[in-house]
Amino acid sequence: MTATTVRDHARIDGLGSLVRRPPAWLLGAAVLAVWIAAWAGLRGTDTLTLPGLGRTGLHDWFTGLKADLIDSRDSNVLMRATGVLADLVASIGGWLQELVVQPAFPRPVPQIGWLGVVAVAAWLSYAAAGWRIAVLVTGSFLAFGYLGYWEDSLDTLIVTFFAVGIALLVGLPLAVWMATSKTVTTLLTPVLDVLQTVPAFIYLLPLTLFFGIGLPAAVAATFLYALAPVVRIAAHGIRSVATTTIEATDSLGQTGRQRLQRVQLPMAKKTIIVGINQTVMAALSMATIAAFVDGPGLGQPVLRALSAQQVGTAFVAGLCIVVMAVMLDRTTTAASERAELVARAGGRDVRRHRIVLAAGGAVALVLVYLSRTYLWAAEFPETDLGGSLAAGVQSGADWVTSTFDVLTSGVKNQVTALLLNPLQDLLANSPWWLAGAALAALALVFGGVRGCLTAVACLAGIYLTDLWNDSMVTLTMVLVATLLVMLIAVVLGVWMARRQRVDTALRPVLDAGQTMPPFVYLIPALLLFGPTRFTAIVAAVIYAAPIAIKLVADGVKGVSPTTVEAATAAGSTPWQVITRVQLPMARGGLVLAANQGLLYVLSMTVIGGLVGAGALGYDSVLGFSQGEFFGKGIAAGAAIVFLGIMLDRVTRRAAERTGAGIR
Amino acid sequence: MKQPTKRVPALAAAAVGALLVLSACGGGDIEQSGSGSGDGGDDQAAECGDLSMAVNPWVGYQASAYVVGELVASELGCKVQYRDLKEEVSWAGFSSGDVDVVIEDWGHPDLEKQYFAKNGDGSAEDFGPNGNEGVIGWYVPPWLADEQPEITDWKNLNKFAQEFATSESGGQGQFLGSDPSYVQFDEAIIKNLDLDFKVVFSGSEAASISAFKKAEQNKEWLIGYFYEPQWFMSEVPLVKVDLPPYEPGCQEPASATDCDYPVTELKKIVSTKWAESGSPAVDVVQNFKWTNEDQNTVAAMISSDGMAPEDAAMQWIEDNPDTVEAWMPS
Repeated sequence: MTATTVRDHARIDGLGSLVRRPPAWLLGAAVLAVWIAAWAGLRGTDTLTLPGLGRTGLHDWFTGLKADLIDSRDSNVLMRATGVLADLVASIGGWLQELVVQPAFPRPVPQIGWLGVVAVAAWLSYAAAGWRIAVLVTGSFLAFGYLGYWEDSLDTLIVTFFAVGIALLVGLPLAVWMATSKTVTTLLTPVLDVLQTVPAFIYLLPLTLFFGIGLPAAVAATFLYALAPVVRIAAHGIRSVATTTIEATDSLGQTGRQRLQRVQLPMAKKTIIVGINQTVMAALSMATIAAFVDGPGLGQPVLRALSAQQVGTAFVAGLCIVVMAVMLDRTTTAASERAELVARAGGRDVRRHRIVLAAGGAVALVLVYLSRTYLWAAEFPETDLGGSLAAGVQSGADWVTSTFDVLTSGVKNQVTALLLNPLQDLLANSPWWLAGAALAALALVFGGVRGCLTAVACLAGIYLTDLWNDSMVTLTMVLVATLLVMLIAVVLGVWMARRQRVDTALRPVLDAGQTMPPFVYLIPALLLFGPTRFTAIVAAVIYAAPIAIKLVADGVKGVSPTTVEAATAAGSTPWQVITRVQLPMARGGLVLAANQGLLYVLSMTVIGGLVGAGALGYDSVLGFSQGEFFGKGIAAGAAIVFLGIMLDRVTRRAAERTGAGIR
Repeated sequence: MKQPTKRVPALAAAAVGALLVLSACGGGDIEQSGSGSGDGGDDQAAECGDLSMAVNPWVGYQASAYVVGELVASELGCKVQYRDLKEEVSWAGFSSGDVDVVIEDWGHPDLEKQYFAKNGDGSAEDFGPNGNEGVIGWYVPPWLADEQPEITDWKNLNKFAQEFATSESGGQGQFLGSDPSYVQFDEAIIKNLDLDFKVVFSGSEAASISAFKKAEQNKEWLIGYFYEPQWFMSEVPLVKVDLPPYEPGCQEPASATDCDYPVTELKKIVSTKWAESGSPAVDVVQNFKWTNEDQNTVAAMISSDGMAPEDAAMQWIEDNPDTVEAWMPS
């Protein structure tokens, strides 16, 4: 996402080809061979291992910072300011909750009942995105109610909209600023990197010191996580408005403000809405995490079901989150397309549209009135649907876990013995300086000088967190999981690209995999694989594979059909077409998929810590759970950020060097 | 050209305005029925006020929290708010005023230091034992204790170490450590008792329970940290392994621990400010005391029968009027 100059790059490559360097994979293999030889002699020395419950002076120093913060609560200006802010958020949020969720005293029910809420939501979505979306939205809201999570769903919506609203208020000006100033870009990029890679568990506890618990803490945590996508994508959109357009309008003598308002912002509108869409999705993915600090919403039933091992119940609550994600995704996408259509179509149909809108609005108001007056329209009728679905899922999950666990234990043991353990042995049992040097050398081979410099800086950062060994164990799991993700992504992605029907059938499953809170499938995964590193890998693969599959599919689809036809006409078998034409030509999509796969897998590190993965994930959970280990959690968060930046930058540079740049 | 798009926000604003007008004038039959449904609790509600009850993430805790919460809500008209939080965050809530009561505390010396008046900011205080006894220790699944009875003596553990090895334990026997929220000395105990085991942390209570469930189902070898009261014990009655008995001082320093965990008296911790508020609910929390069986009964209703915690609590309150009566303010 950092704008790198393509020209620089061409120059370096030009030089490289003059010297006739051997291919990268050969150099990489050479580095690996030297590493293994050195490891054989030095194995187990200088590994910087810290016991699971061990901590160092640095960690205690961080812990001390937290204690100081608590002691200074009454005098600290910043904490008092955030306290005021939190009170404001709490009172607005409380007002919204009394409007649609909680009894508004002295009424036994909220101001507006379910019928009114559904009507207003349908009307708004019709106005913004058309009747198809209005049907989708109505169906989604009814699903929340029929599945038995009406209140929790509305709470999640309130938190999400609240946080996204603030993220847009803060993020859009930042995006404009970033797009117009190189300095700001340089300053903000690392901040956004940190916001996107640091696990929420790390800042949840400090956040409660500033914002208390409940709704304000949930909004704050969600805001922090959701801010980065909109800033990045909107800035990218504004920046990529064609220079010719800008030069042409500049020649008419416009001011900078006019250029922004009349040219850059309108032309970047579509990209900006993609950014908003991504921000909404990110916000929704925080729903379960926020429940750890009493954030209202669907996360609470998910976590409660988890503590009572009720897979079915957790699934139904998780399903509401999936439905909500799909609803919000389609609505924002359709709204952006519609805005464009309407702008182009001009006056046609406007009159009819306006009449329908006015009539719909009147109906919605009547329904709101009814829902304020009659109990049947105020409280969602109770149904058994959620309960029986939960029971069905529960028995299905029980059957799967009791039938296949012998088989799955075998798979787990094989992958662990053949892939995970040897790689971990090499990474984590090498002396730290050997592993560090080898990783830096690999970064140089695949990522060039700049990739190598980033890697060295990040490795130094990891060394300074006093969590070197844990970081190497986590890195091992990330690499193995990404490998599995890519295997799945290539197989399914190619299949989807070649068969439209497969694509249509798989997309909803992928959407669900991406948005279903991982806490829902942790219990079945645990029953199949036990608390192990492999379980963490499975959870990470479920979460990361959908995005990688979609990117590979899109990449392969982007290969020009004439090339494929030519190859087929020349007598290539389907296998040859795939391996010699489609995959090599879709290299850009593959590398992007690997990059995103790595980052998505890494973001599951903390979840992995909850199911026996140990290492940085466990350290993070430990830091959140026990006061005296707070500092160790912070250090683990920093190590995860360093790993993320290193993996991201090296794969990006590698992509650029193969000619497949990443936006 | 762009009129329709500009119209939408305008229309939306008009609609929201109309909604507000509607909300303000209100009326209808809900309003009337609403004022009648308070069960005459209105004047008492003013007296009892708000109660913010921390709900730590395990079912036994939920049982205690909801029994006390539902009792004061229905009998004293308190407005109870349940807040789902981990221990650490709950205690921070005393200091910020977000939390009034922690109903089941397993002992957190470091937090007491920070929030009790003796060394800390004085925002929290000890309200005495809640009657439950926490038994922490090393447990094995029942099938294993049946088949290899000698396993319940720690002296025999090394003999079986290899049987406990897993893909995670690197050739040694695996000891399953638990949720990082719990105070654990197992790494030290294993070292000081010279056991050929390696601690592998499950990472969460859910993971530990799943592991024991799976071990009992498939007759797998497993030993790990567990505790009661815990609803899961009624589903799979794990068997405790005898470690050298606890004696005062055998956990000092932590790295020298070579004995079993002591039996823990679970206690109630409350916010000092709330304790001085004069609410009648303060007496109820102070008087609240019940047995492990009581808690297990309610916990099983929640976890095995799938009842909502509120309903399970009310049911138990109805079934045990005498116990409940003793908690009420005189």
